[in-house]
Amino acid sequence: MAISEQRVILKHVDEPGYDPGIECYVRHGGYETLRKAVGMQPEEICRGVEVSEVRGRGGAGFPAGMKWKFLDRKSGKPIYLICNADESEPGTFKDRQIMHKDPHQLIEGMMVSAFAIQAALAFIYIREEMPQAARILEAAIDEARARGFVGEDILGSGYSCEIVVHRGAAAYICGEETGLIESLEGKRAYPRIKPPYFPAALGLYQCPTIVNNVETLCHVKHVVAIGGEAFARTGSPGNTGTRIWCVSGHVQRPGYYEFECGALTLGEMIHDVCGGVHPGRSLKAVIPGGSSAKILRADERFTGKLKDGTEFDWGLNDIPLDFDSLMACGSMSGSGGIIVMDDRVDMVEALANINAFYSHESCGQCTPCREGSLWMKKITKRMAEGGARTEDTDLLLSIGDQIAGRTICAFGEACAWPTQSFVSKFRDEFLAKASEDSGKRKGLRLV
Amino acid sequence: MATITIDGQSYEADPSANLLQAALTLGFDLPYFCWHPALGSVGACRQCAVRQYRDEEDTTGQIVMACMVPVADGLRCSIVEPEAAEFRAEVIEWLMSNHPHDCPVCDEGGECHLQDMTVMTGHCKRRFRFPKRTFRNQYLGPFINHEMNRCIQCYRCVRFYGDYAGGSDLVAMAAHNHVYFGRHEEGILENEFSGNLVEICPTGVFTDKTLKHHYSRKWDMVSSPSVCSHCAVGCNTIASTRYGSVRRILNRYHHDINGYFLCDRGRFGYTFTDAADRLRRPLLHPDRERDVETVAEPAEAMKRIREIFSEATGVAGIGSPRASLESNYALRNLVGSGRFSSGLPRIEHDATTALLEAMRNAPDGPGSLRDAERADAVLILGEDPNNTAPRLALALRQSVRNEPIRADAGSRIPRWHDRAIRDFVQDRKGPLFIAWPASTRLDDLAAGTHRAAPDEIARLGFAVAHAIDPQSPAVTDLDDSASDLASRIARALKEADRPMVVSGTALRSPAIIAAAAATVHALRRTGSGGSSFLAVAPEANTIGDAMLEGAPLETLEQQLESGEVDTLVILENDIYRRLPAPATDRIISKARRIIALDSIATATTNRADVVLPAGSFAESDGTFVNHEGRAQRFFQPLPPAGDVLEAWRWIGRIAAETGTSKQNEWDRLDRVLTALARDCPELAPARDAAPDAAFRANGQRFPRAPRRFSGRTSILSHLSVHEPKPPEDSDSPLSFTMEGHSGQPPAALVSHYWSPGWNSSQALNKFQSEVAGPARGGDPGARLIPGNGPNERPSTAIPAPVPDDDQTLLAVPCYEVFGSDELSARAPAVAERIPKPYVALAPTDAEHHGLDSGDSLNLLIGELRVSAPVRLDPKLPPGLCGIPAGMPGWSVPHLPARASVVT
Ligand SMILES: Cc1cc2nc3c(=O)[nH]c(=O)nc-3n(C[C@H](O)[C@H](O)[C@H](O)COP(=O)(O)O)c2cc1C
Ligand code: SF4
Ligand code: SF4
Ligand code: SF4
Ligand code: FES
Repeated sequence: MAISEQRVILKHVDEPGYDPGIECYVRHGGYETLRKAVGMQPEEICRGVEVSEVRGRGGAGFPAGMKWKFLDRKSGKPIYLICNADESEPGTFKDRQIMHKDPHQLIEGMMVSAFAIQAALAFIYIREEMPQAARILEAAIDEARARGFVGEDILGSGYSCEIVVHRGAAAYICGEETGLIESLEGKRAYPRIKPPYFPAALGLYQCPTIVNNVETLCHVKHVVAIGGEAFARTGSPGNTGTRIWCVSGHVQRPGYYEFECGALTLGEMIHDVCGGVHPGRSLKAVIPGGSSAKILRADERFTGKLKDGTEFDWGLNDIPLDFDSLMACGSMSGSGGIIVMDDRVDMVEALANINAFYSHESCGQCTPCREGSLWMKKITKRMAEGGARTEDTDLLLSIGDQIAGRTICAFGEACAWPTQSFVSKFRDEFLAKASEDSGKRKGLRLV
Repeated sequence: MATITIDGQSYEADPSANLLQAALTLGFDLPYFCWHPALGSVGACRQCAVRQYRDEEDTTGQIVMACMVPVADGLRCSIVEPEAAEFRAEVIEWLMSNHPHDCPVCDEGGECHLQDMTVMTGHCKRRFRFPKRTFRNQYLGPFINHEMNRCIQCYRCVRFYGDYAGGSDLVAMAAHNHVYFGRHEEGILENEFSGNLVEICPTGVFTDKTLKHHYSRKWDMVSSPSVCSHCAVGCNTIASTRYGSVRRILNRYHHDINGYFLCDRGRFGYTFTDAADRLRRPLLHPDRERDVETVAEPAEAMKRIREIFSEATGVAGIGSPRASLESNYALRNLVGSGRFSSGLPRIEHDATTALLEAMRNAPDGPGSLRDAERADAVLILGEDPNNTAPRLALALRQSVRNEPIRADAGSRIPRWHDRAIRDFVQDRKGPLFIAWPASTRLDDLAAGTHRAAPDEIARLGFAVAHAIDPQSPAVTDLDDSASDLASRIARALKEADRPMVVSGTALRSPAIIAAAAATVHALRRTGSGGSSFLAVAPEANTIGDAMLEGAPLETLEQQLESGEVDTLVILENDIYRRLPAPATDRIISKARRIIALDSIATATTNRADVVLPAGSFAESDGTFVNHEGRAQRFFQPLPPAGDVLEAWRWIGRIAAETGTSKQNEWDRLDRVLTALARDCPELAPARDAAPDAAFRANGQRFPRAPRRFSGRTSILSHLSVHEPKPPEDSDSPLSFTMEGHSGQPPAALVSHYWSPGWNSSQALNKFQSEVAGPARGGDPGARLIPGNGPNERPSTAIPAPVPDDDQTLLAVPCYEVFGSDELSARAPAVAERIPKPYVALAPTDAEHHGLDSGDSLNLLIGELRVSAPVRLDPKLPPGLCGIPAGMPGWSVPHLPARASVVT
């Protein structure tokens, strides 16, 4: 392997002898950053996070410092911090590494963040299907509380904050931040409509609330540890710090790998880090940011201008792995889940699989997503099973086009993007299904 | 007003509205599902999409949901823009993908909002080629039919039932494309406002089960504007008929009263008009003691009446709170005001008189349901609205949101943004205090309750008045918890912008009403502005009857005793429900002759010498005066058939027959109203409750039959192909056919909501001056009681504390929404919901008497023996027992009274 990992968040994880207990964590310098933080002014920490330009790792890549700045501090209401640990985007398995193997890092990150925003209470909303992680976190919080890192008068600072672990309601939509908040309030996880619901102003129980991803909160710890300016110098401009990429699919060494943003290209990740596709196979396509990200074709050319004005002309392998480059290529880094597909993959089947997931996970609140995702699923399923019709390809596109941008929450895009991108980029494969299959339609039977 | 631009044209619009509301008010046909004028917006269905532009320069714009866009100066949007229009059609395509397309067999068909919106968007070509989703339907009780496959997941039902009406047994279940709206298991929908689902649901999922039993399409029904006859709220309704029977009741919008909603008693109680015990022919009882009756021709009955009158030494009339103003007045005129009884026993009569006084003295006159909905602090003194004035309870349920919303004015969330407001308010509730002996179904909202005997409730009320204004006399010997509560209530009422006190006759206590009035006046004296007094009365025309100032039944008994009177004319009143049977028997046996008029057979009509079949609300025109002193006209959807006549018309005929007045003097509604106005100046405005019979638009009457009516020439073809002459109507400007004025009539004459492209009841939008605003041309009815300004000093006779009494229980009346009303209880669907007889008892008292829930309890109340199973009510204070009022078959009149437990 030509490139070696740049582990920050996962620094100790997987080291022989490293365990999730507090002793081990403290031995490795744990909670020193919290000690440092409570000696600082909260505003100073917030400024550091802003300067660091650290972006959210949950999907949208929104700068954490800016989100924190939107907090409505004038309302006089309590401020809440929620750690989004609902990690359920297919292809994503990074947060669970942290929670299972280094829970105190998350707790420290959360307490530093909580102190910075002066949260009255912090929550970890954890995916219901990760019961083991929930137990680990609860045990870790107890340990941390016993040592004065969580709870009353943290490290003698006079600041107090508890962490509540809340097991999720077992639906993908519970990861959408406003759905998460509704669920935490005990209701069905129907995402809220923005405006007026920007959680930083009207969040949990209508109080100002910050929702951040597990990985994001861990980064906050490192921002404070090394300082915002220093952090801003890691990664690439506007894409600071490291990211944990989860590579799955048809590579020889799937797994999670941490690198500074922009430190390597997608090609390097697939071929060098993960050992490339299996012998005798060739790369066909990559979904770079969790199953909802738009798919990239192996033979596609990506041209355009980056934010700073530089022009680019990349093949798939040339795309730098960071937020902005993938966005410039019409997809996204999303949740960091890179799904690699080799030439064995039937694109119609792959899309049918993805559509089955999204149609099942639609919360059912708004029409385009509830009905549209199901319809797309039914069409792709039928196509995959040999019942394609000539009109299906265009029909799929037309449904996807009507959903994206017209729903209550971003699930609309999440369920439309796969269809939109698969069908337009692999149009021939979809059309071919129809011509193969249109002759095969069986005789109709009423019963 | 804000100036907005829609498709290049500029318009004025209300900045407190959203764009959808504004567009509908301006007359645009913009489709919608999840938004409802009373429920607000949640932005879920995505049907109301338009393209919005930032400014004049912006030509790209963005697709937005009109129901989520606040109207603001400079707002620019396009409804016709092709992409937006295409998206709206796509939403219909999605919604219809799993819809069963069973319109021909769907009760909603032809008046379906989904059909209308489908046509409006132009979607017509199906591309969804898959089998459809199939749900399992549920049995939901006698009122509502469930057909889930037709659901379009707009969430209106659960938003109404749960969020708005406080019901907990209808919810959204499951997720994604399987969201299911129903109960956790099959069973009767508990909430007494469930019937509104029929109109709330834009498709045929929830439909009227009573209609299903005698179904007709909307376009085949002949309808008229009516007023609910089942309580004093006076909700406006549309009564629809076919083949001579009433087929259903729909809501008729009244901005100040019922708005968009009715209670289930009002919606489903109508079938009493067709029940087996309806009177349709005159009856003679040759021997009153023996139960033998003969059917008579009207002329024969009249002849008998003439004989009775000529033999009589004196004739007295017993009026009725369920008979129209016209009928009561005609009777009073027939017998003379000195011999006219309100038809109420003294105990109810005195409370009603006190209530009327309080209404007249209220600073701004009696309050309306709309006032209740807007109130931000409420004290209910001695009423149980869910059971005595159901629609009021729904209004009060909304009122508790006002204070939390106002308290956080900074949030700037518009009122129509229902999702945000509800999340914002969460469980916070404004002050609502309830003083009532037992638990009520508003208790879940209450900031405080006082459960006590009627006199103690009055004492609490006076204590509140004193705490507000020390000029009001203090209450001595009040216990600590009551006096704490009184000061909490006083504080809440004083701090409110729109405090309201609700009180009425339910406990038959003039002292409670006086205490409520004292509180309202104390508030007014101490400077609170819009303080309001809301009066609750039991029956549709209790207030109108009281305004005619008849005497209580006991006075008649004396007149009979003294021989001054020996003959009774009893109008639509079963006096066995008003007095204990022994007392009623005495009155009946002292009367030498009795003439009874009623639409239903009762214990009283069974003892009359002559019974005349009177029209129910469905065969009569007339006026009810509701709880706020508003005279409201109801019109017959059916011409009286056979021998049935409006009671006032019968009485006019009796007057002519017996020489009391000239023939023709009383044979027109308008003539009765003119005489009434002359005799009773306070009631004179009742004439203006609706246009008179001569009123026309362009010389035309207003059709009762819809324009799509298809029965004109075919409905009787099984009998004869000759089309009979349509019935004439001498009492109203309505016609019985579809001919007549095709434009909108004045609100008092609206027989159906329909507008081109709008076949469902949501055509109502087109009948309002603005969406959810007053009716075009003003809401119907005439307020009779203007109020008396701030100066009046109400009575301050504070009752003494209720003494401890180990020997007896104080039996108080309690009420059942299904059961306590005489007429609706005869409707089969309502009858299914009537609870079994019971006596409510505090657990400690039950234990004291060695009784458990369900055990039989025998009580002696005066001369009446009462026996019923025990129902334990842990909220009931010891020493009291609750007996449901007016229950069919075992009514226990004349409470409160002392009761002793006997074996
Ligand atoms: C449908 C949907 C599902 C989501 N699921 C997750 C999730 O499982 N975990 C997560 O961290 N963020 C998820 N997000 C993103 C969150 O809404 C939110 O943006 C994020 O938690 C913010 O944290 P960050 O700024 O630290 O990334 C999801 C968003 C959508 C629209
Ligand atoms: S887009 Fe989908 S998940 Fe989001 S609110 Fe609408 S139905 Fe629910
Ligand atoms: S049952 Fe009716 S009201 Fe309820 S969601 Fe379905 S269509 Fe809407
Ligand atoms: S019973 Fe009363 S509350 Fe119910 S609909 Fe009739 S008038 Fe309205
Ligand atoms: S009516 Fe606007 S989204 Fe449903």
